[in-house]
Amino acid sequence: MSSSTVAMPPTHYLNNGLTLKSWLFTKDHKRIALLYLVAVTFFFMVGAAFAVAIRLELATPAGDLLSDENYNRVFTMHGVMMVFFFLIPAVPAILGNFLIPLQIGAKDLAFPKLNLLSFYIYFVGSLFTMYSIVSGGLDTGWTFYTPFSTVASTSAVVPAALGIFINGFSGILTGLNFIVTIHKMRAPGMTWFRLPLFVWAHYATSLIQVLGTPVLAITIVLVAAERIFGFGLFNPAVGGDPVLFQHLFWFYSHPAVYIMILPAMGIISELVAASARKQVFGYTFVAFASIGIAVIGFLVWGHHMFVSGESVYAALVFSVLSFIVAVPSAVKVFNWIATMYRGSVSWETPMFYVAGFIGLFAIGGLTGLFLASMGLDVHLTDTYFIVAHFHYVMVGGTIMGYLGGIHFWWPKITGRMYNDLLGRVSAVVIFVGFNLTFFPQFVVGYLGMPRRYHAYPEEFQVLNVLSSAGASVLAVGYLMPLFYLAYSLKYGEIAGDNPFGAVGLEWNTTSPPPTENFKTTPVVTWEAYEYPTPVEGHVV
Amino acid sequence: MRSGTPLFPEAASTIAPRVDALYLFLVGLTAFMTILIAALVVIFMIKYKRRDPNSIGARIHGGMALEIIWSIIPLFIVLGIFVWATGIFFDIARPPAETMNIYATGKQWMWKFQHLDGQREINELHVPVGRKVKMIMTSEDVIHDLYVPAFRVKADVIPGRYSHIWFEATKAGEYHLFCAEYCGTQHSGMIGKVVVMEPDDFQAWLSGGVQEGSLASAGSKLFQDLACNTCHRPDAQGRGPVLQNLFGKTVTLASGENVVVDEAYIRESILTPSQKVTAGFQPTMPTFQGLVSEEGILQLIEYVKSLKTDMPVSAVRPNTGGPAPNENTPAQAPPTRN
Ligand code: HEC
Ligand SMILES: [Cu+2]
Ligand SMILES: [Cu+2]
Repeated sequence: MSSSTVAMPPTHYLNNGLTLKSWLFTKDHKRIALLYLVAVTFFFMVGAAFAVAIRLELATPAGDLLSDENYNRVFTMHGVMMVFFFLIPAVPAILGNFLIPLQIGAKDLAFPKLNLLSFYIYFVGSLFTMYSIVSGGLDTGWTFYTPFSTVASTSAVVPAALGIFINGFSGILTGLNFIVTIHKMRAPGMTWFRLPLFVWAHYATSLIQVLGTPVLAITIVLVAAERIFGFGLFNPAVGGDPVLFQHLFWFYSHPAVYIMILPAMGIISELVAASARKQVFGYTFVAFASIGIAVIGFLVWGHHMFVSGESVYAALVFSVLSFIVAVPSAVKVFNWIATMYRGSVSWETPMFYVAGFIGLFAIGGLTGLFLASMGLDVHLTDTYFIVAHFHYVMVGGTIMGYLGGIHFWWPKITGRMYNDLLGRVSAVVIFVGFNLTFFPQFVVGYLGMPRRYHAYPEEFQVLNVLSSAGASVLAVGYLMPLFYLAYSLKYGEIAGDNPFGAVGLEWNTTSPPPTENFKTTPVVTWEAYEYPTPVEGHVV
Repeated sequence: MRSGTPLFPEAASTIAPRVDALYLFLVGLTAFMTILIAALVVIFMIKYKRRDPNSIGARIHGGMALEIIWSIIPLFIVLGIFVWATGIFFDIARPPAETMNIYATGKQWMWKFQHLDGQREINELHVPVGRKVKMIMTSEDVIHDLYVPAFRVKADVIPGRYSHIWFEATKAGEYHLFCAEYCGTQHSGMIGKVVVMEPDDFQAWLSGGVQEGSLASAGSKLFQDLACNTCHRPDAQGRGPVLQNLFGKTVTLASGENVVVDEAYIRESILTPSQKVTAGFQPTMPTFQGLVSEEGILQLIEYVKSLKTDMPVSAVRPNTGGPAPNENTPAQAPPTRN
């Protein structure tokens, strides 16, 4: 690693066109990825601002900071922004977009224009949703449960619903684009079982996006239609069934948690292999675990409804499948750890994020067992226990993975290196802050504090104060990368093509890559993660 | 309800210790696995730390035996947990045959309770120690959820349906009662308390309240006010079926379908009578949609349930003190025969 002596390549995708137009109308998957990076980061900040308001309010038991209405709007918008505009697109639309063509040796995605269209659909969807914030807010929770959302709520449900509906197409088209790309655009010799696991994970994710999102889209349109035209499909007062909505909603929204976590798992597979300079242990098991999770993940939605009056036998089936889907996730964790065994484990930033991910994901996954346990879920569902659980998976898991990936591929994306010490510190601060924030919520959840409570009994205050205090540590952790990564754009060391000495086609081109990704189409003659690096000129 | 900062909830029902046992087992499992995983990560990071910047890891591709071991063992563990948890769930979800029933109606943002003896409460629920209590619950507007953490039970309270929870309290005291399903502006204000009393105290409380007459007698009054009795007569001379001994029975519908008469069926009969027409009768019963409240429907249900024989309601529940309504005298003009 003698990166200081290396120079930036003279031409690359970043300096190929400097006008605003060359960015806004780009068909280059790498530039589109950066458009997403900016937009997704913005929505993360918006969602985080709402989280700050929540944690400030909950520092005292009385609802004294915000009014009831505003508190409800704030937690709703926190959920909507984070789920639909940050967690779901973050890894696929940014890193997936950037890396899939590079990792399979392609010039671009199969449909570059469609890719740009996806971005604008996402953008328009977000405008609608943002509009609902200023035109009366949204107070339905991100789950839009009927009949509250259809007949009782007086907030701006329709614009938000339309925003989410529109945004859904962005995910569907991106998924479609990935599937076709992975099938059709692989470089010569890049067989299915030579694909990086990041690509496998995105393949599984894309299947869910394409098959599941339409159901959400229809459901959310039905909610809007019911408000506008009074259809009554979900309204018991006119013979409708409010619980039908829950089935439709969770049919998508459970798999959606895998849309959020599978790509992050794909990142971890890459980062473990590169950090240990070793082939991922049990490659095929990890690859098929992704597919298995995607398939079984479609059959467990009823675990959100154990107390909604579904039949005990339906509940039984949903419960057993929810337990079974835990196994492939566990298999992945074991394989990552086995990958480290006798590796050459780097202590650079990506490995710190990997360690953080594994720790938080382990707790997130294991607490999922509590909730799959029906007899226990009756007590735990709709309490802070569940809030803690899914934040461990989606924030501890997905964001750790996402940030790990950003740190790992940052030199590839920008051509420059950030300060590695600050990188490691941020990983540690996030890990500590995260646990301080969310661990107390498990405790207060088992005590029985319901979620979405603006005010709460006094005996829960100490735990809530701990959580709010932890959140301020967490906020520092999330802000740090923003600064040192931005700083690196101008002042960072030139990274060189392969600063981590990793294998993978993306490291066989310049940093940043040229617009066409590779000067000549690569021919793959080696297995995934085969060290030492088989390509000349990049000896580690 | 306690002061200070408890870290573990009170356990005040028969099911609570069983839920806690499973919980503590899972906490143990989670702690063990997390520590194991974290330890392995840290140990491998230290032991195999890259010292030479050019070194690479050992060439190990995988191991079938290991993959099988670490798939099968977790599979059996989770299936074991599944069996354990499902056993508890079935006991929570299926109320025992003999219960003391209390009706609950949720609405934005309060809980209303009606005891069979006629006591009504708002946001406060009195129950005795040692009795199996079943809550029969519905909502007037959106979905709510009745949750008593100390009992470890909750269930959604859904408009247009009856849902149940049941519990047997084991410890006198006051416990939180929450709405656990987000229901709008004052969701977090839709709370109250459960007051668990020793059986004697409870009896005293029951008889100390306002004497409005039993729930069934309130239903009986409604039955006459709404002129149900013009068509439903114990002597089978009305236009509608005899309702005596109806509850729990299986009736055949005009469509040929068989249904068991439960709370939901009676509710449907009152609100959408043409949906399920009883075989042998004309669909002449009018809908009472909008004419009777959810609580009124519950009273009617309780009245129908009380019609065990053709005796008037006061004979069935002699201790309620209300006057015995005379069912055989129609409140309005006698029905016309078809
Ligand atoms: C105009 C006459 C009429 C009045 C008034 C009337 N019913 Fe009915 N009811 C019927 C008829 C006829 C049926 C059977 C056909 C059907 O199921 O719709 C029936 C069916 C029922 C059933 C189902 C019985 C079974 O065996 O399946 C219930 C319960 C019931 N009525 C309750 C009530 C209640 C409570 C009221 C007052 C709020 C009421 N009815 C008022 C005529 C009447
Ligand atoms: Cu789920
Ligand atoms: Cu409520």
